[in-house]
Amino acid sequence: MRAGLLIRLVVFALLVAFLVNPEAFAFVFAPLASNGQPVIYNQGSLLDLTLNHLMIVLIATTLATLVAVGLAILVTRPFGAEFLPLSRSLANVGQTFPPVAVLALAVPMLGFGTAPTLVALFLYGLLPIFENTLTGLTGLRGPVTEAARGMGMTGLQRLTRVELPLALPVILAGVRLSTVISLATATIGSTVAARTLGEVIIAGLLSGNTAFVLQGGLIVGVLAVLIYDGLSAIERTLSRRIGQRARA
Amino acid sequence: MSTADIAGKARAPWMALDKLGVLIALIAVAGTVLPFAVFRANRIVLGEGLQIPFALEALPALVLGVLIALGIAIALMALSPLVKLVGGFVLLGALMILIGLAATGLIPPGDSFARVSPGAGFWVLVFAFALMVTDALARLRLGPWQRITILALVGAALGSLLWAGTFDDLSILKEYANRAPAFWAEARTHLVLAFGSVAIAIVAGVPLGIVLYRIRPLRAAVLNVLNIVQTIPSIALFGLLIAPLAWVAANVPGASAIGISGIGLAPAMVALFAYSLLPIVSNTLVGLVNVPETANDAARGMGMTDRQRLMGVELPLAFPVVLTGIRIVLVQNIGLATIAALIGGGGFGVFVFQGIGQTAMDLVLLGAVPTVALAFAAAVVLDALVEMASTRERAR
Repeated sequence: MRAGLLIRLVVFALLVAFLVNPEAFAFVFAPLASNGQPVIYNQGSLLDLTLNHLMIVLIATTLATLVAVGLAILVTRPFGAEFLPLSRSLANVGQTFPPVAVLALAVPMLGFGTAPTLVALFLYGLLPIFENTLTGLTGLRGPVTEAARGMGMTGLQRLTRVELPLALPVILAGVRLSTVISLATATIGSTVAARTLGEVIIAGLLSGNTAFVLQGGLIVGVLAVLIYDGLSAIERTLSRRIGQRARA
Repeated sequence: MSTADIAGKARAPWMALDKLGVLIALIAVAGTVLPFAVFRANRIVLGEGLQIPFALEALPALVLGVLIALGIAIALMALSPLVKLVGGFVLLGALMILIGLAATGLIPPGDSFARVSPGAGFWVLVFAFALMVTDALARLRLGPWQRITILALVGAALGSLLWAGTFDDLSILKEYANRAPAFWAEARTHLVLAFGSVAIAIVAGVPLGIVLYRIRPLRAAVLNVLNIVQTIPSIALFGLLIAPLAWVAANVPGASAIGISGIGLAPAMVALFAYSLLPIVSNTLVGLVNVPETANDAARGMGMTDRQRLMGVELPLAFPVVLTGIRIVLVQNIGLATIAALIGGGGFGVFVFQGIGQTAMDLVLLGAVPTVALAFAAAVVLDALVEMASTRERAR
C-alpha cells in the first residue's frame, strides 16, 4: 500500500509540474508532433483548462449529490413510498441514455458553452448517486432501525443519526462513480464549446497532432484515476469508522 | 384501525387520489400549454413554436385534447396498473400519430425547405405518459417473456408507423431521407463496434476470470489495472490509443493490411474492448467465488475432475452473474460507441457531432434516437435473460 501511495504522489507531482510549466516537458511529446506542428497546446493555458474542467465537475457533482440524496430520502419515507417503484425504474432507464446524447440535446435549450455541459453532467450524475443512496437506505438491517425506534427516536432523528451515517459509504461510492462519469462527460463537453480539457484532445484530432491528443488524454486520465483513488480512500476510512468492511 | 383507514376503505377506489398521478397531471398540463410542434422556414433558422390548436387541424386537435383530458383523469384516479398501462400506451400512440399529422399539415405543398420538428410540449407530454407507463409496468411486475413481448409489440408498432410514412414530413426523417445510405452504413458500424467489442471481451474476459478464480494472488493486480482503464474517460482513452496503434500499423508487417491504423475503427474497438473487460472479468470471478461449497463437494464426491466441475457445475452456476456483467457492458458500449465518431470510428455519433457542428438538432436526434432505442432494447432483453437464467437456476 505504501508503494502505491508513493507512486500516486509522484504522479500527482508530475501532473502539477506539467500544468505549471508544460514547456519543460516538451521533449517528451516532441517525437509525436510531425512537420513543425506545435508540441505543447498553445491555444490557451493547460492549467486554466484543467481548473475550469474540475470546477464544472465540482459544481455539477455537488448539485447532483444534494438533489439525488434528497430525492432518495423522499421516496424512502412513508410519504413518498408511492414513487419508489417508478423512481427505481427511471434510474434504470436513465442510465441507458448515452452522455453524448444528453449533452447534445441540452444545446437547443441552453445554447453552446458551459451551460449545456453543466446540465448534462448534473442529470447524468444524479443516477449513480440516487441508486446508491436508495441501496444504502433500503438495505439497512431490520434490527438496526428497530433498535433506533425502540430508543424512542423520531423519524428525523432516525434518518440523520442512524440511516444516513450507516448509508454514507454506499452513498459516497455513488458520488465517486458520478464524479468519474462527470470527468469523462465534461471532456466531451468541449464539442459544445465548453472550455474543458477535451479542447486539447479535439484540437489534436482535428489537426492530426498526436502530441496534443496525448497530453490532453494523459491529463484527463491521470486526474480521473487520482480522484477515483482519493475518493475510494475516504470511503474506506468512513467504512472502518462505522465498523463495516469496505465494499469492493 | 384508525378512522382514516376506514374512510379510505369505504370510498370507491376511483375516488382515491394517486399521488404520482398528480405529478403526471401537472406535467401533462404543462405539456399541453407548451408548443406542440416547431415550424421553421428552412433547416437551421430559429423556429416558431405552435401550440396544439395551431399545430393541428380542428378535428385532430379536438381528439388530442379529449385524449389528454382522459389520460390525466386515468392518471389521477387510483385505478389498476393494467388500465393505466393501456391508457398510457393509447396516449403515446396518439401523440406519435398526431405529431406526424401536424408535420404533414404544416408544411406548405411543394415546399422542400420548410421543417417541422416536435416541440417542447410534445416531448413533455410523451414524458408524462411514459412516466405513467413506466410506473404501471413497475407495479405489474411482469415476467421476463411478457416484458420482451411488450418491447417487441412497441417496436413493431413504431416500425409500422415509420413504414406507413406517418413521420415522413418530420424534420428528423427528412435528415434521414437525405442520407439514408450513410445512416445504414453508420448503423452497421455502430452495431459492429458495440456488439463486436463485447463479443471479444467475453471471449477474453471469461477465461481471464476463470484464471483469476484459480490463481488467487493474481486477483488484486489484474483487477486494479482493469479498474484504472475503466476510470480513464473514453475520449482520452480513444486518443491515447492513436499513437500506439499508428506505430503498430507502421512497424508490424501486415497490420495495416488487416485494417489496423491510428484512427478509425481499430482504436475505437480496442478502447471499447478495454472498457468491457472489467465488468466481465470481475463478474465471472464473483460468480465463481459465490458457487456454494456444497455443490463443489458433491461434484468432487461424484468423482468429477477439475475440468468437469468447471464446465458442469461452476460455470453454469455462475452464468447469471456473468450475464449481468455482459448486460452492463453492452448497454454501456452502445452509448460509448457514439464517441468513436470523434476519432473517425464511425457509428451513430457521426450524426450527433455533425448535428452539433451545424446546429441542426434534428440531425443530432437522427444519431441519438437510434442509440437510445438500441441501448434501451438491449437493457430490457438482457435484464429479462438475466432473470430467466437466475430463476431457472433457483428452480434446479
